[in-house]
Amino acid sequence: MKRTTTATFGALAALTLALPAQAEISDDVLKIGVLNDQSGLYTDLAGPGSVEAARMAVEDFGGTVNDKEIEILSADHQNKPDVGSSIVREWIDEEGVDVIVDVPTSSVALAVNEITREKDTALLVNGGGTTRLTNDDCSPTTVHYAYDTFSLAKGTGQAIVQEGGDSWFFITADYAFGHSLEQDTAAVVEENGGEVLDTIRHPLDTSDFSSYLLQAQGSGAKVIGLANAGSDTTNAIKQANEFGIVQGGQSLAALLMFITDVHALGLETAQGLQLTTGFLWNMNDDTKAFAERFAERRDGQYPTMVHAGVYSSVSHYLKAVAEIDDDGGEAAVSQMKQMPVDDFFAPNGEVREDGRMVHDMYLVEVKSPDESEGDWDYYNLVATIPGDEAYKPLSDSTCSLVN
Amino acid sequence: MTELLGIPPQVLFGQVMLGLINGSFYALLSLGLAVIFGMLNVINFAHGALYMVGAFVAWMMLNYLGIGYWPALILAPLVVGALGVVLERTMLARLYHLDHLYGLLLTFGLALIIEGLFRNAYGVSGTPYPIPEALAGGQNLGFMFLPNYRAWVVVAAIVVCFGTWFLIERTRIGSYLRAAVENQELVRAFGINVPLLMTLAYGGAVALAGFAGVMAAPIYQVSPLMGQDIIIKVFAIVVIGGLGSIFGSMVTGLGVGVIEGLTKVFYPEASSVVVFVLMAIVLLVRPHGLFGRPRT
Amino acid sequence: MTAAKENTQTMSTGQKISNALSDRRVHLAGFGVGILLIAIAPYLGLYPIYLMKLLCFALFAFAFNLLLGFVGLLSFGHAAFFGMASYISAHTIKVWGFTPELGVAAGTLVACVLGLAFGSLAIRQRGIYFAMITLALAQMVYFFALQAPFTHGEDGIQGVPRGELFGFIDLSQTMNLYYFVMAVFILGFFIIYRAIHSPFGQILKAVRENESRVTSLGYNVTALKVGAFTLSATITGLAGATKAVVFQSATLTDVHWSMSGEVVLMTLLGGMGTVLGPLFGAGIIVTLQDYLAGMGSWVTVITGTIFVVCVLTFRRGVVGELTRMLRIHS
Repeated sequence: MKRTTTATFGALAALTLALPAQAEISDDVLKIGVLNDQSGLYTDLAGPGSVEAARMAVEDFGGTVNDKEIEILSADHQNKPDVGSSIVREWIDEEGVDVIVDVPTSSVALAVNEITREKDTALLVNGGGTTRLTNDDCSPTTVHYAYDTFSLAKGTGQAIVQEGGDSWFFITADYAFGHSLEQDTAAVVEENGGEVLDTIRHPLDTSDFSSYLLQAQGSGAKVIGLANAGSDTTNAIKQANEFGIVQGGQSLAALLMFITDVHALGLETAQGLQLTTGFLWNMNDDTKAFAERFAERRDGQYPTMVHAGVYSSVSHYLKAVAEIDDDGGEAAVSQMKQMPVDDFFAPNGEVREDGRMVHDMYLVEVKSPDESEGDWDYYNLVATIPGDEAYKPLSDSTCSLVN
Repeated sequence: MTELLGIPPQVLFGQVMLGLINGSFYALLSLGLAVIFGMLNVINFAHGALYMVGAFVAWMMLNYLGIGYWPALILAPLVVGALGVVLERTMLARLYHLDHLYGLLLTFGLALIIEGLFRNAYGVSGTPYPIPEALAGGQNLGFMFLPNYRAWVVVAAIVVCFGTWFLIERTRIGSYLRAAVENQELVRAFGINVPLLMTLAYGGAVALAGFAGVMAAPIYQVSPLMGQDIIIKVFAIVVIGGLGSIFGSMVTGLGVGVIEGLTKVFYPEASSVVVFVLMAIVLLVRPHGLFGRPRT
Repeated sequence: MTAAKENTQTMSTGQKISNALSDRRVHLAGFGVGILLIAIAPYLGLYPIYLMKLLCFALFAFAFNLLLGFVGLLSFGHAAFFGMASYISAHTIKVWGFTPELGVAAGTLVACVLGLAFGSLAIRQRGIYFAMITLALAQMVYFFALQAPFTHGEDGIQGVPRGELFGFIDLSQTMNLYYFVMAVFILGFFIIYRAIHSPFGQILKAVRENESRVTSLGYNVTALKVGAFTLSATITGLAGATKAVVFQSATLTDVHWSMSGEVVLMTLLGGMGTVLGPLFGAGIIVTLQDYLAGMGSWVTVITGTIFVVCVLTFRRGVVGELTRMLRIHS
């Protein structure tokens, strides 16, 4: 027993001593740090898939930028802001990381945003959705890339009201993200002549939604808006099916849903749902080519809009750095703002002054099992929402960079 | 916002019904925890993880072996129970003479390992499990639409809970169990194999968690994280009922389900905290829980 | 070197260390060395932010150990003090423009009041019931933190300025901040050390061993326990408030029940009831969190395995197990 003890202790001691790598910052390397959730709620929609997407972007770029090696680091922030910020600080101070990518979970994204601003390091947010990143908390070193809560609300809210779904009942996750999703959508609904009958706020990580669904059913609203995410959304949809909500004539609108959620639910349950996404993998040959390459490397998992966004944002960043031969955060990001984005993800995208990457969003409907041609063939395109309509206009921005 | 007085009685009745259904899950899980604490003096933090394993075993049986819901309802708890027996024999049994803090720490570690392994294998979004054919659809009760499957959950849970209670309170093996809780030395002196009894108790209680998992599979998304949040709530229920009180944990499970259901109507934001408010009040008024007796 | 020779050598050093450990003067010398080590650690290649996080959590674990290891009370609600203090210090510094030391003091004060309230409510409960009632109260604090507008829900309070200590020491300089955190740590540790080795501490230990005897000696045990609980909560608050200054944010993670669980783990891993144990425990957990982060989804499996192995093979924790080894040899 003693031997095990000593061995374990020795191993731990070695771990503690060996870890803080001595700073060997070499400016001949461009380092990309992918920071996201690799063990919790957001593992599937971001997680290791985002690391792979970044790797693909680097490979496609040729592995070097202006003859400098490109290296990728990744870490799990465990959805804890303190873990996320200490990783990022250490990456920047000790490892010489030049750009941070992904960062789902708004509390972590906001914390990292403060550090990268202070340290002049670029931050490309894909997984996080809070609009604070391009408003009150905007920074000259941050680009908010794949989507934000406003664009989701806009896409889904507007389209559904225009189709006649003009009375809404919200089931909202009781936290800032849920609230902003609900308020943004409610504003869009009312702007388009619809009305919001009632709202219920449920605690995060609720497993049983039957009570809320029953109240929503009783309200007689035409549309039940789910302003929540992850397992909250999938459980709510699953149970709405069980309680015959859709058969009863009401429709469901999931305000934040990723293709991995649809996959997890199965088409039998998810069919007919309308949702907004920033990426549709089977839209054209370019998107298909990317998605199939990605799936091959990820054991058959197809990319979410976050994965595609990571690929696109890293490519765009590398182009900008190559152009100016400078990896300073503000310099690279302002160059990113100068150049249009033009790839499979955002054929006519542009990075605005406030750091928002504006690109088209897509309103899709989930296919029925009969329509689907196989695994991951889940979406029918209903409408394309042009970028300048999908995102909050620059004139409404509270960002200090916008004059 | 929903108004307090604006709720017609039939809506309220529907909510009570839904609360009972959720309460059935709490009762099944807290029953097992109560048995484990009563018998082994261990706070089984792995209970939630084993509940998740139950659901996953049912899912694997369906997808890999083509075994449907009904056989899985028997087989999955057996698998989980067997896993429990292994864990008890190889690890937990070494800790009985220690403070129950160590049991808690060990099972906490086990829960992390189990959940981590499943997450690596299946991701976090989970996978769907269909409602069995025979129980699809539902009944319109006038005041609410009651899915058949949910009705079955309540009935099955109550039958299983009552069965367990009967086993412990009214049969010979149950009397040994109870006697072993009161005075292990004495029972041992009568020639009863106490360690075996404890292994069986742990295996059985864990099998109940597995059973609850299979029952939950068609309603909730089968996901590695499904046991994480329920476990702390179930702890609270066991404490409210009185640690080690089998009957107390069952009744409290159902009761908390109903109270939580009503909170979801009147103050939905607080529905996850209400059980803790209840626990604080109960403990301040009755320091050993509603049905608990002081232990020496 | 032969095995036997090696053995005698360890034995003699073991004996020396073991005898030395009981000497008060050596304690003080040890602290001197410890303080020196902490002071120069950043220059030995250890990353300052990592060290500061470690110091905050070690202080948290020290405070917790005071309660668990020396009074025998297992609280499962210490996240409430840690988290509320960090919210209060972040809010007062960011919104009310307090200087860092005032912000930290405000956070600590709130934790102290909260600790007194929790302690008075919970103290008559025993064992697992005590753990549960503290959990229940902490869950209510969590609910409050989730709902109250000033905490900004799950976004948390972000971008807290580090400001200037006493109005003239610029804490945005990492090393200034480091020495501030170190000073806070030493202050907190010293208070706890004094408490343990004072008559108050001796009576607390006696309460743990035999409560009724202490009562029969005429001591008001309830008041003593509430006192210890409040002290523990206050130091916990000090740690939480300081952490908010270091990370420039306060979020729900700090009030969540899993934080209460984490501190239990730190204390147990390091060695419950040993003076230095919590430092090691906190070191192990913080290191795991920060450096296993690159391992992705295997983190939880590895962490879980470590706990299982610890519980099964070295239950006294790192420090407890080391002292025991030294004793056996001597």
